[in-house]
Amino acid sequence: MKSRIFVTLKNGVLDPQGKAIHHALEGLGFAGVSDVRAGRLIEIEHDENVSKADLEEMSRKLLANMVIENFEIESN
Amino acid sequence: MRAAVIQFPGSNCDRDMAVALRDVMGADTSLVWHRESELSDGLDFIAIPGGFSYGDYLRSGAMAARSPVMQAVIAAAGRGVPVLGVCNGFQILTEAGLLPGALMRNAGIRFVCRKVRLKVENSQSIFTSHYDADEEITIPVAHHDGNFFADEATLDRIEGEGRVAFRYAEPVNGSARDIAGILNDAGNVLGMMPHPERMIEAMQGGSDGRRLFQGVMEGLIREIA
Repeated sequence: MKSRIFVTLKNGVLDPQGKAIHHALEGLGFAGVSDVRAGRLIEIEHDENVSKADLEEMSRKLLANMVIENFEIESN
Repeated sequence: MRAAVIQFPGSNCDRDMAVALRDVMGADTSLVWHRESELSDGLDFIAIPGGFSYGDYLRSGAMAARSPVMQAVIAAAGRGVPVLGVCNGFQILTEAGLLPGALMRNAGIRFVCRKVRLKVENSQSIFTSHYDADEEITIPVAHHDGNFFADEATLDRIEGEGRVAFRYAEPVNGSARDIAGILNDAGNVLGMMPHPERMIEAMQGGSDGRRLFQGVMEGLIREIA
């Protein structure tokens, strides 16, 4: 099985990297982009014994910093 | 007096820190590898040095904060042992939950490596007792992720409790309220981005960091006596 964990910055947390990417896109001539936020995608290969609760615990304990980030889990 | 400097793979200020503890504090200082799960009982002081532990993978300090030795550091901090985290050490202390907030990418994106002016906000802690409140000192920074973030309620709380130890006196990295260093609620854990161990004698271009270690030494001697 494979799960994808999306780690994103919470609303209200400034994202200097997203801002730099935004400026770079504008520099390349892409118009109409109003904001860019950068996050992280972590793919985890695991057996069927790893539950959603386990993945949530992994996210809370290590993969995301709950002070500044949120996470979403997508399993298939 | 016995001190430990914790070493992680990628620490690079561990030896400078050990020199500061030996020369300024006269401490019997040992370097402790992060795989150790115990620290000796009679330890008087713990330093978590700067560097790029685990190559800053995932987030600065994230992996190091989950190393076996950190459970022992958390326990020692709970017993009141003074713990100083500098630069990557500050990042590790926030990731380990010993200090609030997080250190994010510098607002200007660039790595900042230069001497900066700091204002001493709290001169009552064991780390800052040899400074005057509102005194301006000069200490170097060298970091990419020093942009301190915490929610407004947390910022108000740590300000209200006098837990801001140092503030930048010039623009450096976009830190919330120019915070450069904070204390835990008990006052025995200090995390700071600037490097006091790099300013302990004139040969290094200044000695404003020296008094931090002198303050700790005097505080510890008073405690033992």
